[in-house]
Amino acid sequence: MSGEAIAFYMLAVLAAGSALGCVIATNIVRMALCLLGTLGAVALLYFLMAANFLGVIQLIVYAGGTLILIVFGIMVTSRMYGEKLKPRRSEALIGALVVLALFAGLVAILWRGPWVTVVPTEQPNSVAAIGQALLGTYLVPFELASVLLLAVMIGAAYLAQPAARNGRGTEREE
Amino acid sequence: MTIGLTHYLILAALLFCCGLFVMTTKRNAVGILIGVELVLNAACLNLVAFSRYRVGTIDGQIAALFIIVLAAAEAAVAIAIFVNYYRMLATIDADKGDELRG
Repeated sequence: MSGEAIAFYMLAVLAAGSALGCVIATNIVRMALCLLGTLGAVALLYFLMAANFLGVIQLIVYAGGTLILIVFGIMVTSRMYGEKLKPRRSEALIGALVVLALFAGLVAILWRGPWVTVVPTEQPNSVAAIGQALLGTYLVPFELASVLLLAVMIGAAYLAQPAARNGRGTEREE
Repeated sequence: MTIGLTHYLILAALLFCCGLFVMTTKRNAVGILIGVELVLNAACLNLVAFSRYRVGTIDGQIAALFIIVLAAAEAAVAIAIFVNYYRMLATIDADKGDELRG
C-alpha cells in the first residue's frame, strides 16, 4: 500500500466521520466542530491532489472565515426558550431512507462507471497558472465575484442592523 | 489498487448525502446552513478530482475557487437573515418560518 493510499484513507475516514458526526449531533456547537473536521480533511485532500493553492484558500476562507461566521451566528441565536430542537422521528426516518437509497445508487453508478482517466501530471507552478487563468480566461467571473462580494457586504450589513435604525416597521420592539 | 477518481467520487457522494440529510432533518436554521456547506464541499471535491484525474488542467480548481467565494457570500447573507429571524420570532426553529408569509 503506497503512502498516498494510506494518507487518502486516513483523510477519508476523518472527513466521513466528521460528516456523520454532523448528522448525529443534536447540539449545534458540536455540529460546527464536526464541520471544522470535514473542512480540514477536505483541505488536506486538496493538498493530496496537488491543488496546493486551493487547499490554502479552503483553510483560510472556509475554516477561518465561513466557520467563524457560523459560530458567531450560533452565539447570537442560541438562547432558546422551551423545548430542544430535535427532528421529528418520522421526518428523520423518511430522510434517512431517501438519503441511503440515493447514496446506494450513487455508489453503484460510480463503481461501475467506465471512467477514462488521464495520468496526473505534476504542474510545476500551478499557483502562477491559477493567477494567469483568473486574470485571463476567467476575468469576467472574477470581476463579477468582486461585485457580488460588495453587494453581499452591503446587503448583510443592511439586513443585520437593528430595526429601529433603518425604519422598517416591525411590530416587535426590542 | 491505487487511489483513483472513483475513491474521491465515492467520498464526495458520502459527504453530499450527509449534507442532504442534515439539510432536510435539522430544525435549527444554522444547522441547515452547515448542511449546505457540506454539500458545497462535496461538489468542490468532485470538481478538483475530475480536474486532476480526467481533464488534466486547472479549470476545475478555478471553479472550486468560485464555489468557495460563493459559499462565503451565501453564509454571510444567511447569517444576517437568521439574526433578523431570531430577533423577530425569538427562536431559531426553521419550522416556525411559515409565520413569515405575507
